[in-house]
Amino acid sequence: MTAMKAFWRTVGRDLQLALRQGMDSFTAVVFFVLAVVLFPFGVGPEPAVLARIAPGVIWVAALLASMLSLERLFQLDYEDGSLELLALAPLPLEAAVGAKITAHWLTTGLPLIVAAPVLAVLLQMDAAGFVALVAALALGTPLLSLIGAIGAALVLGARRGGVLLSLLVLPLYIPVLIFGVAAVDAAVFGFAVRPHLMVLSGLLLAALVLVPWVTAAALRQALE
Amino acid sequence: MEAGALSAFLAMGGYAAYVWPAFAVTAVVLIGLLVASVRSVRCREADLARLRAELREKSEDPTGEA
Amino acid sequence: MHRYANPGRVLRLSRTLVPWLGAATALLIAAGAYLALVASPADYQQGESVRIMYVHVPAAWMAMFCYAILAGASAVGLIWKHPVAELAAKATAPIGASFTFLALLTGSLWGKPMWGTWWVWDARLTSVLILFFLYLGYMALHSAFDDPARGAKAAAIMALVGFVNVPIIKFSVDWWYTLHQPASVFRIGGPTIDASMLLPLGVMAAGFTTYYFYVVLLRLRAEIVAGKIKALRLRQVYG
Repeated sequence: MTAMKAFWRTVGRDLQLALRQGMDSFTAVVFFVLAVVLFPFGVGPEPAVLARIAPGVIWVAALLASMLSLERLFQLDYEDGSLELLALAPLPLEAAVGAKITAHWLTTGLPLIVAAPVLAVLLQMDAAGFVALVAALALGTPLLSLIGAIGAALVLGARRGGVLLSLLVLPLYIPVLIFGVAAVDAAVFGFAVRPHLMVLSGLLLAALVLVPWVTAAALRQALE
Repeated sequence: MEAGALSAFLAMGGYAAYVWPAFAVTAVVLIGLLVASVRSVRCREADLARLRAELREKSEDPTGEA
Repeated sequence: MHRYANPGRVLRLSRTLVPWLGAATALLIAAGAYLALVASPADYQQGESVRIMYVHVPAAWMAMFCYAILAGASAVGLIWKHPVAELAAKATAPIGASFTFLALLTGSLWGKPMWGTWWVWDARLTSVLILFFLYLGYMALHSAFDDPARGAKAAAIMALVGFVNVPIIKFSVDWWYTLHQPASVFRIGGPTIDASMLLPLGVMAAGFTTYYFYVVLLRLRAEIVAGKIKALRLRQVYG
């Protein structure tokens, strides 16, 4: 039980740090809203066009927004040395990584899920797609945080870390994007949503098992 | 090969603008990568030989501090 | 495998093999080009443009082959701390990226007469494009650290993560493509492969494979020599 407690303590510490920085934790969701709002100016205000591209636009903006705060996932802890303490602590580094990813999802993924239906309304998306959009984001945003954590661990101490991170992570995000958009499109056009959500769940389960382990390995080589 | 056959070959049945660039770019990329690799090997092997010669000189020179 | 953990042995192996591989590459690619351009029939549907296939398909094969080697060498380097495997992974990346680039470019040159456009979001072309980004990410990560050992390790982990993801990406892109099946039905690779096409294809693929081993051994030699130079420089400064 102490391991569980230590896990949640790490989550709480990261949440506190994020909240203390105030606006910082909202940058992701602000970016998300702004990026989506730009699209009507780019493609014109025609409702039919906006409704057609809405799922894709929202998902792409969510991908980019969740990537924004990734660079800081381990950066501060790496610079001030607390990452080494985490690596030496009794809680396995894999679990600590899981805790940090949980905190990242709570501060970026969750606000995106809350904001997404509002944006869907702005883009005239068909009401039939709303439940699928929220469900797909609920399965997809944790995946984005998980996949992104590997990239964030790999670029620690690298030059031009931010650009490099996007080059590493975005190609790996493509399956999430494909199935996330497919689920919403299926709901809008009246097809079965379940298979898409099942695939997202499968990917999420696989990532939950593999990512903490790979990320911990990446962090260990960064600390060597 | 007579002239007619040659020009027919070069025309590639009207697809010359696609077939020849495809082969040309492949040749340029593969040869370019090969030349770059050979050059870096030569360059570094020359560097290594020079360094070794320098070190040998120093060790043979009794007044040398290094 | 551990026999070749000794860089000196690999250097000797490279010196003996490189001339043979160079000769084999030149012969096979020359023969392949002759078969592809002159001695094979035009396709009844695609005409002479089918000749692009003889560089496009082997290049796409090599793109995947090189990524498999990149991932394999990275795994060996990470698990057994095998110094030569690490260098082999680094040496493979630019060759694989070049083949991937060629597959994309020749695919585009083939697509223009066949589809009427330079680029189509075809499942296969899209997967190759993503593979190209994976190569770029690997190389960028490898060179992004002041300490080359860190770069090698981080990039090795990235290569393995990418390798696990390649089938997932392939599957999802295929799925995405069937959802958005375009109206045009003419696809690259559409014509059934005739026996007369197999010979040029096989010879060209063999030539590209020997080219890979030829260049990778050269690049590996350059890396090993660079390591020796670094060690000697350190000795010069601190010795």
